[in-house]
Formats: sequence, C-alpha cells, structure tokens
Amino acid sequence: MNRNPYSPHTEADRREMLAAIGVSSVDDLLGAIPADARRPALGLPAGMSEAEVQSHLASLAARDRPAGAGPFFLGGPVQRRYIPAAVPALAYRGEFLTAYTPYQPEISQGTLQSVFEYQSLMSELLAMDVVNSSMYEGASAVAEAALMAVRLTGRKRVVVATEVYYQYRETLRTYARGPELEIVEVATRDLAPSAAGAACLIVQHPDALGTLVDVRPVADAAHAAGALCVQVTEPHACALLEPPGKLGADIVVGEGQPLGIPMSFGGPYLGIIACRDALVRQLPGRIVGETRDANGTRGFVNTLQTREQHIRREKATSNICTNEAIAAIVASVYLALMGPRGLRAAAGLGVERAHRLAERLSALEGCRIGDEGPFFDRFLLATPLDERTLHDALELDGIEAGGVAGADGYPGRSGLVVQCTEMTTEAEMDALVRGVTRIVTGSGEKAAAG
Amino acid sequence: MSVPDDLRYSKEHEWVRVNGDVATVGITHFAQEQLGDVVFVELPDQGASVRQFSSLGVVESVKAASDVYAPVSGEIVERNAQVVEKPELVNQEPYGNGWLVKVRLTDTAEVGTLLSPADYRAHIGETAPSGA
Amino acid sequence: MRLPASGATTAAPVLEPLLFELEREGRAGRHVRGGENADALIPAGFRRGEPLRLPQVTESQVVRHYMHLSEVNYSVDTGMYPLGSCTMKYNPKVNDRVAALPGLADLHPRQDDASVQGALALLWELERMLVKITGMDAATLQPAAGAHAEFTAMLVFKAYHAWRGEGATRRRMIVPDSAHGTNPASAAMCGFEVTTVKSDARGNIDLDALTAALGPDVVGLMLTNPNTLGLFEERVRAVCDAVHAAGGLVYGDGANMNALLGLTRPGDLGLDCIHINVHKTFSTPHGGGGPGAGPLCVKERLRPFLPGPGVVREADGTFRRSSDDRPRSIGRVRSFFGSFGVLVRAYAYMRTLGEEGMVETSEDAILAANYLAARLKGRYALAYDRPCMHEFVLSAAAQKKKGAAALDIAKALIDEGFHPSSVYFPLIVPEAMMIEPTETEPKETLDAFADALLRIADRVESDPAPLHDAPLTAPLRRLDEVTAARHPVLRWKPPSRP
Repeated sequence: MNRNPYSPHTEADRREMLAAIGVSSVDDLLGAIPADARRPALGLPAGMSEAEVQSHLASLAARDRPAGAGPFFLGGPVQRRYIPAAVPALAYRGEFLTAYTPYQPEISQGTLQSVFEYQSLMSELLAMDVVNSSMYEGASAVAEAALMAVRLTGRKRVVVATEVYYQYRETLRTYARGPELEIVEVATRDLAPSAAGAACLIVQHPDALGTLVDVRPVADAAHAAGALCVQVTEPHACALLEPPGKLGADIVVGEGQPLGIPMSFGGPYLGIIACRDALVRQLPGRIVGETRDANGTRGFVNTLQTREQHIRREKATSNICTNEAIAAIVASVYLALMGPRGLRAAAGLGVERAHRLAERLSALEGCRIGDEGPFFDRFLLATPLDERTLHDALELDGIEAGGVAGADGYPGRSGLVVQCTEMTTEAEMDALVRGVTRIVTGSGEKAAAG
Repeated sequence: MSVPDDLRYSKEHEWVRVNGDVATVGITHFAQEQLGDVVFVELPDQGASVRQFSSLGVVESVKAASDVYAPVSGEIVERNAQVVEKPELVNQEPYGNGWLVKVRLTDTAEVGTLLSPADYRAHIGETAPSGA
Repeated sequence: MRLPASGATTAAPVLEPLLFELEREGRAGRHVRGGENADALIPAGFRRGEPLRLPQVTESQVVRHYMHLSEVNYSVDTGMYPLGSCTMKYNPKVNDRVAALPGLADLHPRQDDASVQGALALLWELERMLVKITGMDAATLQPAAGAHAEFTAMLVFKAYHAWRGEGATRRRMIVPDSAHGTNPASAAMCGFEVTTVKSDARGNIDLDALTAALGPDVVGLMLTNPNTLGLFEERVRAVCDAVHAAGGLVYGDGANMNALLGLTRPGDLGLDCIHINVHKTFSTPHGGGGPGAGPLCVKERLRPFLPGPGVVREADGTFRRSSDDRPRSIGRVRSFFGSFGVLVRAYAYMRTLGEEGMVETSEDAILAANYLAARLKGRYALAYDRPCMHEFVLSAAAQKKKGAAALDIAKALIDEGFHPSSVYFPLIVPEAMMIEPTETEPKETLDAFADALLRIADRVESDPAPLHDAPLTAPLRRLDEVTAARHPVLRWKPPSRP
C-alpha cells in the first residue's frame, strides 16, 4: 500500500526501476546529501483519507463567517460580486486549470487564445492599446507600473496620491526599497503641482474612498513635466465612467478580482496592467500575440519575450514569471457572459444602491457623506463617533461595515468606507441604517430618511 | 561567410565603413546569422554621443536580445529609420540597407584599433561553435 | 480545423473564432439586471462617452467557445507533462473542492480576525508545516509566486545588511550560471549587481570561482539545490560556509523542493532561507501560467525583516494577524495575505500526504527521473552522468549535428502524444532537454515516453528532415513567432478601427 495515495507505483514497479538504474534502493541515489542531514524526522502529522481531508477542511471553514452571512459593506479593491454559474464551470475545467505556461503553442491554443481574448476585452474596457496577460494582483501591478515609469523616464521620484488604496501605497514603498526610489505622497489635488522631476504621477479614479477624480489635469501636468500618468482604476467603474485611455493615462493598473474571481481571503487575484502602444517594450510580464501557423491558420503565441527574465535575466523589465493566467481566463469568461449590458447593470446597481444608502445615512443626525464631491459605488460615512468605535459596535451587530479610513492611512479622513455592489440587498441597507441610527443617535431612524 | 574587404570589424561583430570623418556602423553577416531572424532594433537618438566599446543599442531575435557596442567613439549623426521599421533588413542586407547608425568620429585613430577583414575572419573561425 | 461561423470577420482559417467574431447586436444573457438609473447619478463629464464594445453573445455560445478552446489545450489532466523545473504532478481534485468551500472562498481579506478563525488556523498550521519541512524558523505566506519570493528575500537581505550597517557596501549578488532567469532579474530589481559563477565538471558550483567572487561587497548567493541540472550540490555546506565567512547570506530557490521532502532540510545544509513553489511541490494547479504561491521560509535572524502580518496563536487557542515578531519588516509585498486559495489547496495536499507520504513523494520522483535517465542515456547524451534527483538534463547536440535540434525533437514528442520536456534550459547545456517526470506518472507511461524518445532518436539517425515539420497531428502546425514579434497584434480590433 502506498503512503502517497497519488503514487502509481507497485513494489514490483519500484524493483524493476531500481534494477534498470542499477541500484538496490533509493538511498543509493542520495549519496550527495550529507549523511548527517539525510532523512530527518519532520514532525508532521500522519496522512489522511480524502473523506477525512474534506471533513477537516469543512470544520475549519465552519469557523469562518463568509460574506453574506450578515449585512456586508466591505469592499475597496476586493468586492463581493455575483459570479455567473458558467464562469467556474468553464474556466476551471482541467484542460485550462492544470496546464502550465504555454511554452508549446501548437498544443496550448486554449490558454493562448483565451488570454488574447482577455487582453482584447480589457483593452476595450479601459480604452487602452495594450494589456498584458496578467500581474499578481493590484498592488504589485501599481509597483510595477512605477518601476516601468522609472525605466522610461530615467527619473527616480514617484508621486502617489494619498487617496490611492493604502495597500497599494504600502506595497509601492516596499518595492521602492529595491531600486531606492523616492516615493512622495500628496493629496490628489496636489498631484499636478508636484509633477516636476517625477517619473510618474499615480492617481486613482474612483479613489479609495469612492470619490470621482478629474484625471485629465493630472495627466496634462504629468506630460508637461515629462512624467507619465499612471491611473489606478477598477473594471466595473470603467463600464460607466470615461475610461482611462480617454483621460490621458499612459499606464493603467487595477485589481481584476471583481470580474468573477472569489474573494478568497486575499488571493489569488488578477493584476491588470495596460499601456499605450509606444510603451509596450517596457511593459512587464507575458503578452500574447496573434500569428499564423505553417498552414496559414490563425494562432496565438507568447510574444515580445525578449523583455522577460528567461531571456534578458538581470536586464529584464521585471522578474515576473508565474502570473495569474487562469484569473485572466476567468475574467474573459465573465466579461463574455455579462456582455456590455450585464457589466453596466452590475456596476450601475452598485452606484444606485450606494447613492440611496448615502442619502438615508446623511439624513441621520450628525452623519455626513464624504467631503470631496461626487462618488461612485462607495463613500465615506463620517459620524460624531470615533470610526473604530462605530465599526466595532456595528461588528457586534453582525454588520461588516467597511474599512476605517483614518486608521487605514487616508490622511485627514475619518469614518467608514461603505461599499455597495449588485449583491447589496435592501435588507442589508436597512440593517446598516438601523445600526448606525441606534449607535450614533441612540434612537430610531428619522421618518424623513427612507 | 561574407566579410567584405573594405570594412573594419570589432570583436563583438560590428562593422565600420569610414567616409571622411563619418563612420557607418552595422552588425556582420556572421552576427545576424548567429542571432537568427531579427525582430527588433533599438538605436540611440540622433545627437547622442557614444564611447568606443560602450553599448550602442540592442538587436533582438525571438529568443535573444544582444547588445550592440559602438566600435568607435563619436556623435550619432544619423540613425537608420528604415531598419527600425523593417528589422529583417539586418538579416537581408547586413552591410547594405541593414546598417544601424552613422557616427561622426571624435578620434579617427580608433578605426586603426579595429580588426582587419583577415583578422575578423580568423576571429570568427575561432569563436564559431563547432557544428553550428 | 473549425471554420469561422458565417459572418465572422476574419479571413484566415481559424481553430476557433474570437468572441468578438461570434457576436450579434442585441444578444445578451441576463446574469444581472437593473442599474439603468446610475448614469443620472454620475456627473456628465465623468460618464463613459463611447459605447462599451464588449461582445454580445449568448451563454450557450460562450460555453461552446470555451469548450472548443479547452479541446485544443494540453494539460496534466490529459497527459504526461515532463517539463523540467516545473514539477507538473497530478493536481488532486479534492483540493479544488475544499478551496471553494464558502467558509474559505467567500471571505473578504479585511474581515475581522474573529470572523476568520478557521482561515487563520489553516494558515498558522501551514506555516508550521513549511517551517518543519524546510528546517527554517519562520515564514511569510505573502509572496504570490517563486519570483515574488525571490524579490521579497532580496529586500530582506538588503534590510538585514543595512541594519548591520553594511547596506552601502554590500551591493553584489552571486548567481550560478545554471540558475533560473528569475534569480538575476530579482537581484537586479533590488539594485544589486549580478556576478555569475560557473559550474564545474560535475555540475556543482565551481568552488574556486565562488571563492574568487566573494568579498566584503557581496550580499549573498542565490542557490538552487538540487540545481537546474537535477543534481544535488555535492559541497553544499562548503558553499554555504564560504558565503557566510564572507559575511553574505545564502538564498535557496525552492523550485526543486520536490526532490527533498523528508530526505533533507535546506535549513540543515546551511541555507538562510528558501522559498517554496507550492504550485510545483504541493500540487496546486498552475492555471496555464498561474496562480502560484511562494511562501518564504527563513532562519531566525531574518524573521524581523519579513513582510507582515503573520498569524499568531494566543494562549486561549485563538488566532490573530500580527506583525509583532517582525519589528524591522520590509513592509508588504502585495495586498493582503497572499494567494490564500492556492495555500488552501497546498494545505489539503500536505494533510493528505502526511509525513510518510511526503517522503515517498520525493523518493518516487527521484526514482522516476533516474529510471528515465537510465533508459535514455545510451541514445541521448546525459549532460552530467551521476545520479540525479527529481529531474535530469540531456543534450541533443549529437542529434543536432545529424540534422534535428532539441526543438525538432520536442515538436516530434507532440506527435507522439506527449508534452515536450523543457528545452534550451539550463543555458549551460547545448541543445538542453530537461526532463522531470514527477512521482505521479505510472511506470507504463514512463516507458511509453522513453520509447517515444528512442523512436525519435531512430528517426534522427535515419531521416531527420521530416522532424522539421513536426508537429503534424497537433491542433496547429508550428507558429510564425518571427512575424508575431516583428508586427505585434496584441488585441482584437474592430474592422472599422484599424
């Protein structure tokens, strides 16, 4: 009986193989390992049957409270969105899921065409020339965009708005330790005046707090100073808002998780990165291109590979190798199923609900929504209470009320960042309004609000 | 193997054709053959100055990227726009329309330090991989 | 061959039309509806000006489209995939199912610790297991892949030397010539200069070359062991000692960890840290390029520099996220905790195997590789003729002289029904063919693969020319990569928008 249930070898197989090698045991093949470091006891638990593993993982999962078990307003780069049934049924087929990087295009057209379609769909959504096959996730994509701008401009100063997601800014600061970049954080409204000497200005629209940002003057200021404009965005917003390609952005980055990918406690996700045609030689990561085979049939290949680490080594545009190809395929299936109407519907429902909810909350005594003008599908809720106090009190009511803006690192802001999507129900909104009313005003909702 | 007699060569497989104080630079027939189908050429801007044996640009095939080194020092007076548009010219006419840049020499004596056609032939005889 | 549906806009024959070529104005599913009033809530200057031109197709069209595409994709689920350095072992299905449990898949990464105790317990257990397997002391699960872990480790090294006051002087990283391309690329992203050291005649790092390269300006060494030749570094302790004596640190590239489970621990050999490619060693599906996950395990002295947060267990048995044990942290390298869904799969796999199963995994991987090498080395040159670990490298240099290069042999393997081995890597072996059978291929499949390569060797002897046309039986013939690179077409464009 094999100790590894996935091992196919019988004892007779093993004997035959050892005989063919000309040794009597596997230990005869381990001579290069220092004798005193061979076969240590690891202290790991014994193996389990599949039924036992399923039951063990189910018991762990049972200790968690999944989104939707109660009113849920967490969001930001990671959003609770509806995933059509056909998305996992297609994208997670073994033929896609258990393939490696498509090194042999003749037998990898499924992956290659699907990724080419992802590039095409995402280019359309963002109105950008080129999208790569994927980065790890949003934050590292932002950092890679900054590195790309540094290479293109030869400058080492990166200016980022404080209304860019805090996780993205933190990741950018970490990456910057490598090439020793200067990272300058300023409020979005101060981006344009900070362009001198910068490699890029990084602006987020809609920003981390949901506010709509006029990107054009930022892009204009960047270009006037010889810098690039990097826009952080999110895919659903681009269905309704003027896309980055029309706003002057040179590089666009974002998190693709809302496009059919489970939230899964932080990953794996889909890093989106796009750029203008002229910058493609500095774009990191794999890119799929169209060509023909020896018979003239259309086919797809990984192309422009000399940018990459396996060829350029220390001179590569990035060290990225493994990417998130299956997530790109998920996103392409999602976009195909949703179509233009479905994507606009999902995005629009979030906008409608966020505005309805904001209106009800702002009608409450002492409650204020945002402070920077129009918003998209999330907003900052400020109350007379300390943000953490309110958050924890709502949590006790079973309400996942959203991020705490001040503690998270949005300077000068305090309150809860409340996200709505097509999954947000009337009952959830009622629960939040009731909860805030009780905790903040100590009474019922005012009759006018509703 | 084509090694024209009227040119000078570098060990890194660049060639130089001198006309007055301007040198035309390209890569050799041997180099393009080793590289395979050239798909991309990156050249310095006009007006840039280059030092002998420092990096001048990059020539890429599908699976390799090779630095091109300046065989002579000087100022770039012309870059071959045609070869940037049609990189296959490097393969088709390495000594003709596949030239890369023209350099105004700062030190004509440098040309004398380059290999003669005979020396270059001997050089690639030594470095050509057996059986390739 | 499938011709485009009538009305499709492309002229060339195609395997499968693009989604855009299948659309008809007005077709739509109804997965989500409503939201029509949103435009009125968005100020006019912010609204999307031109229509969103995503394809308009029905769900059944989408299903057939991706089913057709799945039919032209080779995968581990459909056949042996002996890509060297990639560890394409069988990916158990239960791992996918448990990762999709709502209590794991539907968690937002910003939920409070109290609502994610099961997920945190899993991560804590996983971290303990990885530390025990590698012989290290602490770990971060944050890196998204092997290369990401390399970069993370380079930043940790940089922070460590800076903390010791040597940040300005230690700027040079040593990388063996057999290393993966990610190694020098990761070091370069950290601003380090890269010094390459050569391999010796037995495929080890040349110790003299290493010693000569060491100095007070050295950050450390990036060591893959077993290396990309599939060979265990015979003087691994002397190598680590030399680096340490020069004040440097030793980074372990764990791409080849599938050879070592329970057979030895990198931490016992002198390495200061090692990453794990769980999408290789711990069976998580590679998805046609990703996702992966690249936990980084380190010795105690590097723990303070790790990205945070980690998971700690309180005295009462509850878990919380904390960065308390990493006061000099380099900061996060990505949003949130890491590729959690991948880590769940790896955890399920490790619990299935247990310690005994892991040891058998590496034993069988080594056995399979040595068996294939024994069957093939009479006809293809074995680059280094000594026992290999989980993979080995052949050279097709002799075949190339006869008229068929490694690439032709790889393409001929496709016609034999196999995914080819890795070719032209590592760079130090001419016409390299790097073969990693893994422990999950039955002996009859190993034999069929060896028989196929031997038949191809016969064809090279007798009539190599037709190999240049291979593959003939695949969905496509060889593709024109030169035109693809010279004139890049990187997205579909509507005919009216050239």
